This record gives sequence, structure tokens and C-alpha cells, in this order.
Amino acid sequence: MSTTTLTETRGAGQSGDKIFSGATLAAGCLILAVLFSVAVFLLVQALPVAGADPAEITGGEGFSTYIFPIVIGTVVAAAIALLIATPLGIGVALFISHYAPRRLAQGFGYVIDLLAAIPSVVYGAWGYAVLAPELAKGYAWLAENLGWLPIFEGPASQTGRTMLTAGIVLAVMVLPIITSLSREIFLQTPNLHEEAALAMGATRWEMIRMAVLPFARPGIISAAMLGLGRALGETMAVALVLSGGALTASLIASGNQTIAAEIALNFPEAFGLRLSELIAAGLVLFVITLAVNMVARWIITRHKEFSGAN
Amino acid sequence: MTSATLVRRQSHLTKGKLPSYAVWLVLGAALVFGAAAASLVGFGAVSWGLFSALFFLLGATAVTAVVEGGRKATDSLATYLVYGAFLVALLPLLSVLWTVLERGLPGISYDFLFTSLNGVTGAVDNASVANGTPVLGGAYHAVVGTLQITLWATAISVPIGLLAAVYLVEYGTGGPLTRAITFFVDVMTGIPSIVAGLFAAALFGLLFGPGTRTGFVAAVALSVLMIPVVVRSTEEMLKIVPNELREAAYALGVRKWRTITKVVIPTAISGIASGVTLAIARVIGETAPILVTAGFASAINWNVFSGWMSTLPTLIYYQILTPTSPTNTDPSTQRAWAAALLLILMVMLLNLVARVIARMFAPKTSR
Repeated sequence: MSTTTLTETRGAGQSGDKIFSGATLAAGCLILAVLFSVAVFLLVQALPVAGADPAEITGGEGFSTYIFPIVIGTVVAAAIALLIATPLGIGVALFISHYAPRRLAQGFGYVIDLLAAIPSVVYGAWGYAVLAPELAKGYAWLAENLGWLPIFEGPASQTGRTMLTAGIVLAVMVLPIITSLSREIFLQTPNLHEEAALAMGATRWEMIRMAVLPFARPGIISAAMLGLGRALGETMAVALVLSGGALTASLIASGNQTIAAEIALNFPEAFGLRLSELIAAGLVLFVITLAVNMVARWIITRHKEFSGAN
Repeated sequence: MTSATLVRRQSHLTKGKLPSYAVWLVLGAALVFGAAAASLVGFGAVSWGLFSALFFLLGATAVTAVVEGGRKATDSLATYLVYGAFLVALLPLLSVLWTVLERGLPGISYDFLFTSLNGVTGAVDNASVANGTPVLGGAYHAVVGTLQITLWATAISVPIGLLAAVYLVEYGTGGPLTRAITFFVDVMTGIPSIVAGLFAAALFGLLFGPGTRTGFVAAVALSVLMIPVVVRSTEEMLKIVPNELREAAYALGVRKWRTITKVVIPTAISGIASGVTLAIARVIGETAPILVTAGFASAINWNVFSGWMSTLPTLIYYQILTPTSPTNTDPSTQRAWAAALLLILMVMLLNLVARVIARMFAPKTSR
């Protein structure tokens, strides 16, 4: 009698175990499936572009001619953002990890993290309404005095809504990513290395250059690459700030466009082939950011293995 | 006589060092010279700040180099640059917060919070500018849309994210599947938000015909962005649950799934809850995916499964880019900044709630 009840409860418990572990496994696989289907659905919806007559594509000269300028625009905007944000982010991270008074350091960290809490559309609105008019004055000066450089060629935009402004706004947005990741790495520098350097009579900067930065190099590289991934895919800031147009070398004249902004600006009114075109552009962006992120994650994992960090 | 014994001799250890007030002297001089140089090119706060910073860096480094030597000069230059980097990073933060407060506060009113933009046309805006009456129309429909879409996104991503994290920590054996999930979750955190939106649009376009745009499609797009965040934070929290708790439960004959649901998850619930709150804070401000999946509406729509929907971010975007009245843009700009203030308040509140949850319900470790 009692044995039957025992086997019954065991049966019930076992199925509970099976159902639960099955559910967790299913959830894990679903995530892989979602990432896979993102690529598949984009590919399916983008297919009409491949068979289309080149004359029907926007610009009239085929998809590659259409996509090339906006890929360049995307890369240029992200590159400007990284050029500004990487040194600044390293500086801020060093300030929080090695320079700020111990007691205030965590609070300063929160403050910088607040930058990440501001929605991208608000950055866009700020860049459009505050930063661009401020920078327009500087652009006029640049065009006048450094106009012989192709990147500062005039006429400078009157509104300031240019590639350089978009890059600066993007730099502000990726700054918290680069800062928080490099801060983590800086804090993991073995204390003994730092103390050894200081005991040898190194100044604080020499200690950082000899002990902290070499240790953190892979971390900084991957932080910059994750920032790059974010900057490449950022939409709203560019869509609001940049007054887009054809590809130009000048960073202070209006013109250029990025993939994400091109999609956001045109998708709401798009249908038919135009829709497929934009989805194909999205696929290109997806592949670029995926590659960048995978390389960054690969560097982090490799670093993790031999440093024992995290 | 007595005063002679009180004279402080400089120790040879501190000889050749700058007194601590030297930095402030240099800073003062730099500000003065900066003002002079700035007035040459047209005085302004920006040019004054730039010139002063430049003069300070040059001056302080030069003084240190002369008195303390080259290595100390490099060190102090690095110190000033690092402090400067932090100050420069604060500028955009302060500027954004100030702008949103200054321009958004006048627009916050009862009307703004509890009416929609339904029926507010360019003529209405022109009239309110011409007569000087308060701006009509508000963000109620957008607040409703934001809350609905975010709620559905949370309802989709929390169970999936939670279960996947449980799989990774409790069931995963470190095999290829576990490593693949961990790696691709990390990669997924970097998906551009617009691509997530395109995915949801393409998925529902295939299933229900092209151009299907509802709040639910947007919720699916947001959950693509939210799931990896939930998985990552939950995973971290489950990992720090002490193994002794699990072993104690097993020793009492408790099944694994009962151990997880009754012991492991309750122990980690505060961290999980704050992680979920942070994930919500991350997606609530997303604009691009909403733009391509939920369309734009000016009326209140409570149904996520049919009809276009508006959210606060898309409201901000459209009010700035396509003002309701092209000739009088001020009412639209005011609504946009008020909506931005509302959105930032929501995000900051969520961040605060996350910290409070993490602190208040943290498991009591008695040691």
C-alpha cells in the first residue's frame, strides 16, 4: 500500500523535474533560435532586392551603389565617436579607479553611469537643439581657417547638423560603456604589480603606464569594440542630429547618412521594394555589428581564461 | 631668541617640491590669461574655458618641470589630464539634464499628463500661439502606449530570460550548448535596436501580411533587446547563491526543481528583481524599434493587438522632426521637451527602484 503511494509521489516529482529542466532548456534554445531567426527573417524579407532590376533601386544603379555611401557614413560616424570616447573613457575610468578619493569613487561611478540611463532620443533632441547650434560657430571658424583640409572643407553647415556633431553625440553615448568596462579591468590589476612599481620609486603615472595599462590592454580593446558596436547601430541620435544627404568628405557640411538613420527616417512610409531595400540595409548593419561584437567578446573570453578575472 | 627655535627648517626630503598652494596660483593665473586670450577672439564661456585649460596645463607642467624635474612633470600632466577627462565627461550630462529640466518643466501640466494629441492640429497650435493661451494636447496616449508595450515586453522576456539563466547556472554542464548560449546572449546585447525592430516587423509581416504594426509587434522587438539583459543579470545573481543552500535542500530529499524554485530563486530574488528593473529602464527609452513596429498614433489606444500605438520616445521624435504646425513649432517643441522630462524621470525612477530593491531585499547574511 505504502509502496504504491511512494512510487506515485516519485513519479510526480520526477515529471516535475523533467518538465522544469525541459522548460529551462527550451528557453535557452529559444534564445539561440531568436538570434538565428533574426538573420533568417531579415534575409527572406530582403531577398526581393537581389532579383530586382537595378534601375528600380533607390538611386537607380543597383543595391551596392545604394548601400555603399551609407555604410561609409555609418563607419565614419562610429569612428569619430570612438576617436573621442576611447581616450576620454580611459581617462574617466582611471580617474574613478586610481585618482579619485576612495570614498567618492563609487559615487562618481554612478554619476557616469547616469549617462547610460538617458534615452537615445533625448540625446538626439539635445544634439539637435543645443549642441548643433553651439558647434555651428566653431564649424564656421574651422571652414575659414582649416578649409584646405578635405574634412573641414566649406561651406560649413549653418545649423551645425553635420557628421561631426553626430559623431560627438555618439561619443557621449558610448562613453559610459567604455568607462564602465575599462574601470572593471583597471580595478582587477594585481595589487602586487602596482605596489612593486611604486616601491621602485615610480610616480603614479609611471605605475599606471607600467603595471595597469599593459594588464588592461585586451580589456580596453574589447571595451572600445563594444562601444563601436553600439555606435554603429545607434539610430535616433543620428536621425535627429544629422541633416543627411549625399556622401561628402567634409565633416562640417551637411550630407552623409548612416544605415540606422536611413532606415528610421524612411521605414514608416516605405512599402514594396523600398521596404525590402531598407530591410536589406538592416541586414548589412546586423552583419557588421555582429562581427564587431563577436570579435570583442572573443577577446574578453580569451583574456578571462588566462587572467582568472571575473 | 625663542622665535629662532620655532623656525621650521625644510627637510631635505621635501626640498625641491612645490608647495600645495602652487596649483591654485597657476590656476588663477591661467584663468586671467585665458580671459585675456579669449577676449582677443571674441569672449565667450567656451573659448575662456578652452584657453584657461590650455594655459593651466602648460603652466602647471612647466612649473613642475622646473622645480621638481621631468618625471614629476609628466606625472602631474597625466593627473591633470585624468581629472580633466572626468570634468569633460560631466559636461554633456549636466548640459542634457539642465536642458531637459529648463525646457521641459514649463510644459508639464495636468493637461499635458492627462490628454492625448487627438484632434490637436496645426490650426490649434497656431491659435494657441496667436492668442497666448496654454498649449493644448498632451502625452497621455504616449504614456499609455509606453506602459503597455513595456509591460508586454517584460511579460515575454522575464520568463524566457529567467528560465534560460536557470538552465545556464543549474543545468548547464559547460558543454557546447551552454557555451553557445552564453556567447550568443553576450552577442545579442549588442544587436542594434533598429535591427531588433526590423526583425519583429519582418516576422509579423510574414505571418499576418506586410505592414502589420501593433503594440504587440513592438513588445516582441523590445523583448529581443531585453532578454539578454535579463539573462545576464539573473545568471550573475544565481551564481552567487551559496552552494551549501542547494546541498542542504538535496540532503533533505528535495527534488532539484523544488530546490530551484523554493530555495535558489527566493534567495536571489532581490538581485533578479533589480536586474529586471534595470532591463525595463533600458528598453523603455528605445525609439527606433517602436518606430518601425508600432507606427505612430495621436489617439489613445488600449489594445496592443490592433491599431498603431505611440510611445513617449516616438512622440518626442515626431514632435521635433515633424512639428504639428510647421509655421509655429514652439508648442510641438514644448511638448517634446516635456515628454523628454517625463521619460527621463521614469528611467531614473526605475534605476532608483532597482537600487532600493537590491539593497532592501538583499538576503541577510548572518556572519
